[in-house]
Amino acid sequence: MSTLTEAPPPLAPAEPAKKPPRKRGRFTPYWLLLPGILWLIVFFALPMLYQASTSVQQGSLEEGYKVTWHFATYWDALSAYWPQFLRSVFYAAAATVLCLLLGYPLAYLIAFRAGRWRNLIMILVIAPFFTSFLIRTLAWKTILADNGVVVHTLNSLHVLDLTNWLGWTAGDRVLATPLAVVCGLTYNFLPFMILPLYTSLERIDGRLHEAAGDLYAKPWTTFRKVTFPLSMPGVVSGTLLTFIPAAGDYVNAELLGSTDTRMIGNVIQTQFLRILDYPTAAALSFILMAAILAMVTLYIRRSGTEDLV
Amino acid sequence: MPFVTWLKRHLVVIAGLLTLAYLLLPNVIVTVFSFNKPKGRFNYEWQRFSTDAWKDPCGVADMCGSLSLSLQIAVWATVGATILGTMISFALVRYRFRARGAVNSLIFLPMAMPEVVMAASLLTLFLNMGAQLGFWTILIAHIMFCLSFVVTAVKARVMSMDPRLEEAARDLYAGPVQTFLRVTLPIAAPGIAAGALLSFALSFDDFIITNFNAGSTVTFPMFVWGSAQRGTPVQINVIGTAMFLIAVLFVLTSMVVSNRRNKQKA
Repeated sequence: MSTLTEAPPPLAPAEPAKKPPRKRGRFTPYWLLLPGILWLIVFFALPMLYQASTSVQQGSLEEGYKVTWHFATYWDALSAYWPQFLRSVFYAAAATVLCLLLGYPLAYLIAFRAGRWRNLIMILVIAPFFTSFLIRTLAWKTILADNGVVVHTLNSLHVLDLTNWLGWTAGDRVLATPLAVVCGLTYNFLPFMILPLYTSLERIDGRLHEAAGDLYAKPWTTFRKVTFPLSMPGVVSGTLLTFIPAAGDYVNAELLGSTDTRMIGNVIQTQFLRILDYPTAAALSFILMAAILAMVTLYIRRSGTEDLV
Repeated sequence: MPFVTWLKRHLVVIAGLLTLAYLLLPNVIVTVFSFNKPKGRFNYEWQRFSTDAWKDPCGVADMCGSLSLSLQIAVWATVGATILGTMISFALVRYRFRARGAVNSLIFLPMAMPEVVMAASLLTLFLNMGAQLGFWTILIAHIMFCLSFVVTAVKARVMSMDPRLEEAARDLYAGPVQTFLRVTLPIAAPGIAAGALLSFALSFDDFIITNFNAGSTVTFPMFVWGSAQRGTPVQINVIGTAMFLIAVLFVLTSMVVSNRRNKQKA
């Protein structure tokens, strides 16, 4: 079990401080690397190039496509689908913030307060993974159903009035609204926030808390000045592991949302698999990739945890 | 006011347990609704208790076929990704070579890329090559995205390994093959096992990349996706619940076994 809990890794472990010793067999490392790296080059890197090339092609399914350096596809795609792009960023950001707010107490609980329950809670965090995530996402249709307990309670507490006014829900229902999609995204990516948070919290020396207490820091001050700063690597990799998949997701928007909650992933999926407009789809996917890479780079620079990558 | 003090002290525990409830609620619903007898085609509303679906789990056309296809793909993807990934990890930790930075980013990038981007770009490659979409394209894609996770899991383990153990084996006249099989591999085994388990779970449950590269082949997640449009049979919940129970049992047994082993050592 201990191995499984270690498994979802913080983005990448740090390099060893010392350079590894040179061994006999000058070509051994290359032979070891060759098959795997070749696999990644052919089926990960090369497709990116094909995608870039497809995005500047013109033509039709019947006559075939030719590279015409038609960059206008990018402009057309952006001007047609900028609302979906913006929506993806908003939904993913909302889900990431919710994951952090919900996940931090649980990670803290496992790291410092669970005692002998620690392993059991850890299993319960990972256990949902064992049921297909599509089945679990469909369960939210039952939970958030129009005549279900959740909607009734929210309605009688007048919470829905507030969310209606904010535009998160509409017409006394939760399903098929932005709230349902964000709720599903938060649910689906919560473990990806909890596990890195737990890993970095668990590394904190408990004596630091005692020291803070001895120096007359109140619990909240201890958290703000000691615990939280030390858990920053977990916060950074957790937010990345939540935000990136959430921004590209189309499952939650399709199953729990409506046509008004379509995200950029939905557009790429329909363009590729139903409308078969490959250049537009490739251009959209390329823009998404560039945006995510730029954000990730900026975020890692800003947060100052360079050793993450 | 003792209650307020108690509340203050245990606030984080209460919040954490609420999050845990949020995480587990859908599993509870899935299990409960596996005993439902729905009226229409969709299994979203509770009607009455029934064990029909449990008695006939394969009663839905094509579902168990898709399940066995998913299992096959997951097994082969795990084997492929684990072998290739373990080789890469050993090269990364144990040897010096050129282009280490490029290799590292090639391994990191697939984990930092939205699935839909990888899925779409891989489809453009397959379309350009005129490849027949199906079992092989799914397997190729799964090995690709599982690889990075295996490398990170195994690398962490091999890095914490004392290289002197292998030197000691060599000093005791073990050949390179013998050293690898009897010293290196057993020590690296937990990392390799973690990587393999993760690959299996990722591959078995993958939807987005499979959705793009499956053609008309239907894996289990694809079946569930399709049924969300056509009507959700109760049997889906039966499979979901059974998978959950098997996995939890597996984890609990392995925990008990490792606990016992630790006690024996002590």
